[in-house]
Amino acid sequence: MSNTAAPPAHADYRLSQLDELEAESIHIFREVAAEFEKPVLMFSGGKDSICMMRLAEKAFYPAKIPFPVLQVDTGFDFPEVLSCRDSWVSRLGVRLIVASVDQAIADGVVVDDGKTSRNRLQTGTLLNAIEKEGFTAAFGGGRRDEEKARAKERVYSHRDEFGQWDPKNQRPELWSLYNGRIRAGEHMRIFPLSNWTELDVWYYIGQEKIELPEIYFSHTREVFVRDGMLLSAGDHLLLRPGETVQERTVRFRTVGDMTLTGCVESNASDVAAIIDEIAIARVTERGATRGDDRFSEAAMEDRKREGYF
Amino acid sequence: MDLLRFATAGSVDDGKSTLIGRLLLDSKAIFEDQLEAVERTSMAKGYDYTDLALLTDGLRSEREQGITIDVAYRYFATPTRKFIIADTPGHVQYTRNMVTGASTADLGLVLVDARQGLTEQSRRHAVILSLLRVPHLVLAVNKMDLVDFSEDVFNSIQNEFTSFATKLTIPDLTIVPISALQGDNVVKRSEHMPWYAGPSLIHHLEHVHVASDRDLVDARFPVQYVVRPKSDEFHDYRGYAGRIAGGVLKPGDDVLVLPSGFTSTIAGIDHFHTEIEEAFPPMSVTIRLADDLDVSRGDMICRPQNAPEPSQDIDAMVCWMTNAPLRPRQKLAIKHTTRTGRVLVKDVQYRLDVNTLHRDLETKELGLNEIGRVQLRTTIPLLCDPYEKNRTTGSFILVDEATGVTVGAGMIN
Ligand SMILES: Nc1nc2c(ncn2[C@@H]2O[C@H](COP(=O)(O)OP(=O)(O)O)[C@@H](O)[C@H]2O)c(=O)[nH]1
Repeated sequence: MSNTAAPPAHADYRLSQLDELEAESIHIFREVAAEFEKPVLMFSGGKDSICMMRLAEKAFYPAKIPFPVLQVDTGFDFPEVLSCRDSWVSRLGVRLIVASVDQAIADGVVVDDGKTSRNRLQTGTLLNAIEKEGFTAAFGGGRRDEEKARAKERVYSHRDEFGQWDPKNQRPELWSLYNGRIRAGEHMRIFPLSNWTELDVWYYIGQEKIELPEIYFSHTREVFVRDGMLLSAGDHLLLRPGETVQERTVRFRTVGDMTLTGCVESNASDVAAIIDEIAIARVTERGATRGDDRFSEAAMEDRKREGYF
Repeated sequence: MDLLRFATAGSVDDGKSTLIGRLLLDSKAIFEDQLEAVERTSMAKGYDYTDLALLTDGLRSEREQGITIDVAYRYFATPTRKFIIADTPGHVQYTRNMVTGASTADLGLVLVDARQGLTEQSRRHAVILSLLRVPHLVLAVNKMDLVDFSEDVFNSIQNEFTSFATKLTIPDLTIVPISALQGDNVVKRSEHMPWYAGPSLIHHLEHVHVASDRDLVDARFPVQYVVRPKSDEFHDYRGYAGRIAGGVLKPGDDVLVLPSGFTSTIAGIDHFHTEIEEAFPPMSVTIRLADDLDVSRGDMICRPQNAPEPSQDIDAMVCWMTNAPLRPRQKLAIKHTTRTGRVLVKDVQYRLDVNTLHRDLETKELGLNEIGRVQLRTTIPLLCDPYEKNRTTGSFILVDEATGVTVGAGMIN
């Protein structure tokens, strides 16, 4: 091998942390599109999945994103989230598949016995949609910094034919050589944002001027306090004795099912203000506002095993 | 702000979890609810202090056993750098985890207990980091508070390690005396060790110079995906998407496409709406060529005078990661850059004792967590470089075709 190339003009060819994270995520999207027969992007309407949309858009530009988008309709989604979703989907020209929890209950795919949480029902609905459509790879917006159980999650996370995750039996993942081998009936969860933190996501949203649902920014809303969380008042939740509705200036740090997702009081009306707020925030986004994670330290891990996103 | 990835290693009880807990806490990567959960657990266990180590203990089953058994990734940032820690456990049997964590690391951090000095395990950690060509190594001599912050203790560990390190490939070595529990020399320079003139650990991590670690001379672009919009607006667009693995590529550069051997010129390099003037590792870009060639995934774009040698006979160091041993005549799947194929194991030349560097020529197989030199014959030519020149084009994984599991990690000689 002969070597005639001149050394580079300057030695500091470095990427910023956001550019490096973006390059890694784009690499993951392309790798999956090249190696899997039927990928799908799981879209929750939250900032992480919207970031994924932008990264996927960049990965294949000027071609369209070569896979559809799947959303689980909980029946309790914020209208602002649905309209943001529709605007993204129509701009990118991707196919949208909506898997409805209510439909899944009606079809007997999942059983709503009044005790099962909406989250479990969502998991069942999601797994059913993946199986029915025969998706072999499903992109999720999970980040490893979100929760302890996620710190050991792989970028390519193998799911057995029941959609379950086996944390004891994960494949080693080396360099950026992802192993996409699956057997019939199995699928892979793909986490292109694995190495991003909550702050990275917000910096990126700011840098890229990414359109988000309005509920992320401060607005006035009718709310009430339940179990220490501020929940949005409305037809979807019956007030319990002693609960009273007040108008407050709030924003949401995560979006999900309206019956479970709390908001925080905040005046942050743009991305810069949100970044300032997060930089000094003392509570993780899940701990602050997700009723479903608060029960035990291991709650997340249990749900992940069952195939939650 | 840029990014530094580092891997940590230490034997059980050297204080690795305490150190990481402290780095996260002092850089405010720990939130109140996480700290509260850990305080509650510490109390429930009857401790009279908050066990920072609990902050980083992952999955429940491991928590119950009180040990970390898989690579866990942690994140923190200071005003100048974002850090990704690959936290790898130090048990004897978990070489594979260290290899995994080290594979993406710019820097390796090995902990030793000042009272015990270097152990067989600390030597092994250094050997693995050097085999994986992690360019920077930091030896943190921990628990200095338990040896009265003694300069002599530190010096003797330093001397022993430095002389051991001469047998390895360690381009950059830094040794720091610390107390993870009390914080000495972790974020701030310690007042207890005036004899130590070097930087605090975090200062070193923030300033270690990693810009020159990547190969910016030998252009390597494994084609990952062909972008063909076939839309009205981009009717004739044909771009080769991928991640730069080495060198700097510019529009106008003459290029050679392997394995076909066709040559062309770079017409443009795209990243979303922008055209890029220079593409370098680890950028993800889309390259357009001036000529209409048949280029597809698995091909490599490089320079006519500087190309890897396509080869079907591969000589590599392999770390074996599964229970059933690696043996001659075994067949496996291989993934190298964006190429996949099959390999036949021709020979296991020797097994490397990662504690002593002794080469065992007698054993013709590799067991779980063993590393050895292996000869492979591939069904497709690999477009590869020696791993010591390029960690991307010099590495591969081996996959069991029946189970789909990743069973080996290889570094090409
Ligand atoms: N005195 C002292 N104790 C330490 C120091 N670092 C860790 N320890 C203690 O050593 C024990 C093992 O630490 P841990 O972080 O769990 O070790 P790991 O197994 O390497 O993760 C714990 O009881 C720590 O409190 C130190 O710098 N000084």
